[in-house]
Amino acid sequence: MSRHVVAAARDIPPGGRKLVTVRGRPIAVFNLGGAYYGLLNRCPHQGGSLCEGVLTGLLQAPRPGEYVYSRKGEILRCPWHGWEFDIRTGQSYCDPERIRTRAYPVEVAAGQTVVEGPYVAETIAVTVEEDYVVVDV
Amino acid sequence: MNVQIRDIQAADPAAGSRMAIADGDIHPARKSDRELFPWLAKRWQDELAGIGQRYRQPYQSGPAYPKSQPNAARRDAVPPGGGKPGCDLPFMQRQHLDPNNVALGILNPLGAGQGLQNPDFCAAMCAAVNEWQIAHWTSQDSRLKGSIVVSYEDAPAAVAEIRKWAGNPNFVQVMMLSRTGEPMGNRRYWPIYEAAAEAGLPLGVHAFGYGGHPITSGGYPTYYIEEMTGHAQCCQSGLTSLVIEGVFARTPALKLVMIEAGFAWAPSLAWRLDKTWKTLKQETPHLTRAPSEYIRDHVWWTTQPMEEPEPREHLLDTIGWIGWDRLIFATDYPHWDFDDPATALPLRISKEQRQGFFLDNAKRVYGVA
Amino acid sequence: MSFAYPGGIDCDIHPAVPSLQALLPYLDEHWREQVAVRGMDELASIAYPANSPLTARPDWKPAKGPAGADLVRLRREALDPFATSLAICNCLYGVQLLFSEDMAAAFARAVNDWMAKEWLDRDPRLRASIVVPPQSVERAVDEIERCAKDSRFVQVLLLVMGDQPLGKRHYWPIYAAAERHGLTIGIHAGSAYHNPPTPVGWPSYYTEDYVGQAQAFQSQLTSLICEGVFNRYPNLKVALLESGFTWLPAHLWRLTKYWRGLRMEIPWVDRAPTDIVRSNVRLSLQPVDGPPTSTKEGRDSLLRIIDHLQSDELLLFSTDYPHWQFDGNAVLPEGLPPDLIRKIMIDNPLATYSRLALTAAKEPVR
Repeated sequence: MSRHVVAAARDIPPGGRKLVTVRGRPIAVFNLGGAYYGLLNRCPHQGGSLCEGVLTGLLQAPRPGEYVYSRKGEILRCPWHGWEFDIRTGQSYCDPERIRTRAYPVEVAAGQTVVEGPYVAETIAVTVEEDYVVVDV
Repeated sequence: MNVQIRDIQAADPAAGSRMAIADGDIHPARKSDRELFPWLAKRWQDELAGIGQRYRQPYQSGPAYPKSQPNAARRDAVPPGGGKPGCDLPFMQRQHLDPNNVALGILNPLGAGQGLQNPDFCAAMCAAVNEWQIAHWTSQDSRLKGSIVVSYEDAPAAVAEIRKWAGNPNFVQVMMLSRTGEPMGNRRYWPIYEAAAEAGLPLGVHAFGYGGHPITSGGYPTYYIEEMTGHAQCCQSGLTSLVIEGVFARTPALKLVMIEAGFAWAPSLAWRLDKTWKTLKQETPHLTRAPSEYIRDHVWWTTQPMEEPEPREHLLDTIGWIGWDRLIFATDYPHWDFDDPATALPLRISKEQRQGFFLDNAKRVYGVA
Repeated sequence: MSFAYPGGIDCDIHPAVPSLQALLPYLDEHWREQVAVRGMDELASIAYPANSPLTARPDWKPAKGPAGADLVRLRREALDPFATSLAICNCLYGVQLLFSEDMAAAFARAVNDWMAKEWLDRDPRLRASIVVPPQSVERAVDEIERCAKDSRFVQVLLLVMGDQPLGKRHYWPIYAAAERHGLTIGIHAGSAYHNPPTPVGWPSYYTEDYVGQAQAFQSQLTSLICEGVFNRYPNLKVALLESGFTWLPAHLWRLTKYWRGLRMEIPWVDRAPTDIVRSNVRLSLQPVDGPPTSTKEGRDSLLRIIDHLQSDELLLFSTDYPHWQFDGNAVLPEGLPPDLIRKIMIDNPLATYSRLALTAAKEPVR
């Protein structure tokens, strides 16, 4: 695992997302109210680009007709067939044990620490003044 | 809230090396109804703006069962300049035709006026949509071929429209929707089938439509997923009718392409038809062969939405029973249940099977070199 | 091919009401009078035209009257040749087709009382389904409560095409009552003809009508699953009768695929439709809507289809007597492995109809 600087934090504001490529892997990075999440940008079903999916809540029902809505914004629906993935873990709703997309840890690091390393920042020019989004790959 | 930062979709460098495919089901959309105005008489332009499009369904616009995604489309298929998914040819080329190496794309326009209650309005809309397919699509991209949309509940008007375009290379099939007012084998539709056969064009029957009957024979279901699943039953009923009411027996040159209804149900239906026919033969002396033989000789299926058994290998049995020469790959672009040619058929098959499935079967049935 | 399987349980036979007159003793006085005063005709459903070859196998067709109306013949033709130990009677008299819910309730009651007296009392091998008037859910439940006291009633009978899809909450009290009493819900081919028998209208030929039953079963299975009937009534067993079964794998592939993308619309469905069917739904054997098993290719194909079912617990032995689905004693398709045959003949029916074990223990079967 190595840590890759993929964007300036202000480039992915809350509610925003960005598709980045790290070590050849396309990764969709999401900012959910200040917390960042990364998912391999490929639906395990037919390869839909998850970065283009809509974020919804988790809808469950203990009994028919009783709707329980939770985790607003934490469920990513594939833009194609609507399969749902937990943005935190990459697990699918329909078959969580077997069907998942890879989740990558993402965090924000201060420019100062990023400059000091050990980070990989192939495509981003880094300054000490900025905060950066860092993906573990 | 979904703030989106769209990265440019880079051209896929592998696209050129991918095998050329046919796509048996592409849905072109219009940016607005004004695109049809050059071919719509003032009366029908006013009708569109006035009373509007009345189908056998409850809402002024929008479907009876709300779809799962806007316009039932892939969320990534909205053109960068806006508008309905499927309305922008350059974007369709960039997102679908080029990267997927589509060599032959069959256009099946929905919202083309088919099923409108007012029969004259229906015929006028269909005629305009046919002109529009040439002007906006087939003349702009030679990979694309159109479908003659017809006012199928009014056979004489449909026949006139077919004859108008017969021999025109922009069109490769006659298109109906599956949810007809009467079962498709009913003799009120026969002139359409004869005209299609006479023009040497396959009849494409695309799932959906506005027949006014519940999508189940036990009443209206509650959910969109039931309606979507139900199109397969609906198409089974339509095919049953075509076979048993003798359409293929009477019109031996007719080719039928079932579009967007799935295909894995076909073997079971054919077995059931044969078994029932054998017992009840006396009722249908116009059938000189077993129902399954008519199906084997006259019917093709587009593949989307591909059934996805687990294990996937079960599909090999199913396709074997149908015939590898009978399936036409389709994506349903830009709709949400799109099948991607790179992933839709994760099976070990021979080169010939793959070639037929993805390209040659379509070329053969549509007579495209 | 001769076939007898001692202990086999036939899950779908059709004793016939010989005529409306036969029900008169079981009707209240005012209904009896209505029948006479109004000159009521038979309530025989057009789902089985009396003289259609499918309705009565030629060698099972009596010179007069409907096939299946005579117990002696039924013993000789449906029970004895297969060494059947128990058989479930599904009376298809067209009670469900009426529009008056009161009349339907009266006739349902009459049919059930007639069934108990004329059939169940006269042969210990016979069990029956409770005919209910789905025109009124309340009255249907009343009839279930009334008949459930008799443990020889093992199932509640519904037709596959009614006014509304069977998964609708409207019908749930019926399922609650069935689950409460350990009754299976049997959904049988046939229609109330309150909707066109196909989703595209009324076909010209009876052949289409009959083929179309399979599509109706597909739709009803969709409805039961999507509406969450099995979430609400997890112990409920549904048996699809005279449904065919080769359509099931393809249908489940499609439904399960859609469920993965559309399950937010029906969030109570928290497992794949394929899994729900395996735990809660069963199908009767006849008509075998598969390839003819007279050739090796046909036998292999049928085995492939059975493999696609991915469970050996789904199929229930049935003759569908007196309907013409097979000749001679060839009720089982050729080439089935012995373990599967045992499951189909005995184990699966016993697991599907919990009341069979009850009654079998109490009343020794001859």
